[in-house]
Amino acid sequence: MKSFSNTYIFIFSAVMVILVAALLSVVAQKLKPLQDMNIKVETMQNILKSVHIESSKKNAEDLFQKYITESYVIDSKGSKMEGVLAIEVDLKKEVAKIDKAGKLESLIRERRVSPFKSFLSGFIKSKAVDGSTIRSQIDEINGSRKLPVYVCVNKGNTYYIFPLRGKGLWGPIWGFISLESDMNTVYGAVFDHKTETPGLGAEINQDWFQEDFSGKKLFKDGVFHSIQVVKGGTDDSDLYGVDAISGGTITSKGVEAMLYDCLISYEPFFENKRN
Amino acid sequence: MSSERESLFSSKNLKLLRDPLGANNPITVQVLGICSALAVTVKLKPSIVMAFSVIAVTAFSNVVISLIRNYIPPRIRIIVQLVVIATLVILVDQILKAFAYDVSKQLSVFVGLIITNCIIMGRLEAFALGNRPWPSFLDGIGNGAGYGMILVIVAFFRELLGSGSIYGYPVLEKLGLYNIGYENNGLMILPPMALITVGIIIWIQRSKNKELLETH
Repeated sequence: MKSFSNTYIFIFSAVMVILVAALLSVVAQKLKPLQDMNIKVETMQNILKSVHIESSKKNAEDLFQKYITESYVIDSKGSKMEGVLAIEVDLKKEVAKIDKAGKLESLIRERRVSPFKSFLSGFIKSKAVDGSTIRSQIDEINGSRKLPVYVCVNKGNTYYIFPLRGKGLWGPIWGFISLESDMNTVYGAVFDHKTETPGLGAEINQDWFQEDFSGKKLFKDGVFHSIQVVKGGTDDSDLYGVDAISGGTITSKGVEAMLYDCLISYEPFFENKRN
Repeated sequence: MSSERESLFSSKNLKLLRDPLGANNPITVQVLGICSALAVTVKLKPSIVMAFSVIAVTAFSNVVISLIRNYIPPRIRIIVQLVVIATLVILVDQILKAFAYDVSKQLSVFVGLIITNCIIMGRLEAFALGNRPWPSFLDGIGNGAGYGMILVIVAFFRELLGSGSIYGYPVLEKLGLYNIGYENNGLMILPPMALITVGIIIWIQRSKNKELLETH
């Protein structure tokens, strides 16, 4: 076997790495628009599906233009924000804000329950121990939230579509839910997932699970109640529950939490629209 | 020079292509690449795409390594092989994302995991480092196809028995089997049944080809 000097090995590796890096970055750059397009089309298809409009990859954009008459972003107080496109809102970041606010809330609660614990945590985390600072942080986070709304007009009826995102068992789950103009009755829902267990949690993107949501109500006696995913099944007369997926408990719970967490942020918006 | 040159599809070269499909199959005989064979064979469509992706990666990484085989310092050859494989896999992944988005979503992490598929590195180390590009190319195609073949066979049975369809087409429903009380076997969807299916294929193959039996 030929022997190679160390210098040769270094040069060989360097050249190889640079060539490979250049090749990959060129390819990634060239294919990026196509990939983004795929994701955008998929989002449009999902939005359309949540109002029971079936679309194919080819006509998704046209149908979207036709039926989704308006889309805008609102803030946590329910008023419209200017200069933000609904479809460009990064839901991953928005959901992270919910998590962060939730964690800070629990920090305040802990302080109230155990002064000793908070005394200790005061040493560990010197910032964000003061109740009012935490409160203002939470307000700041909530104030910065962007909530997209899509409005669909089909056969004279208006539907409002809201994006959802949450956690499943193995990874993120997401979806869209559409409400009738009473801002209470669910018109349709779609869910999708990244890596849920096939045949179990992955069933959330199947029609039989999603169809169950149509006709359910979000508000019980005027109070936001959301929809429960019930283990063991519900009967059709239950307006606030759908059947869970047997074997997919954590994914089902994830859907339930996702619905609650995402939709409660829209409460002021619901109130505005109803009055 | 001319005495060395042999026809592109000489019997020796064809053997490279044929062997991995039968007597030297990477999955059933060498028992390599089992991990991804379990993971992507729930449905036919993703396994066919996976098969083609692996064929492409084995073939081209074999060619690339074979082309530069005289310049690769032996001390870093494994790293070089890994870089070549990883590059090709990322290319495949990017191309799938751009042109076959649905399938790439179903395959999710498993395209990336082609990098760790031992068949590929095994072929680079055992074949491409010591052979010219053309035979290496054929060897890559052969081994990729041998892997893909088993994937498709396993996926066929798992999809048929587990989901009652073939390539997404609901065969059993059309046959009316559900009306007479047939139910899909949920176990077929889970990875253990892929292992058992592979086991059955190995059993059938060895009972037909006695040379493959270990003698101890």
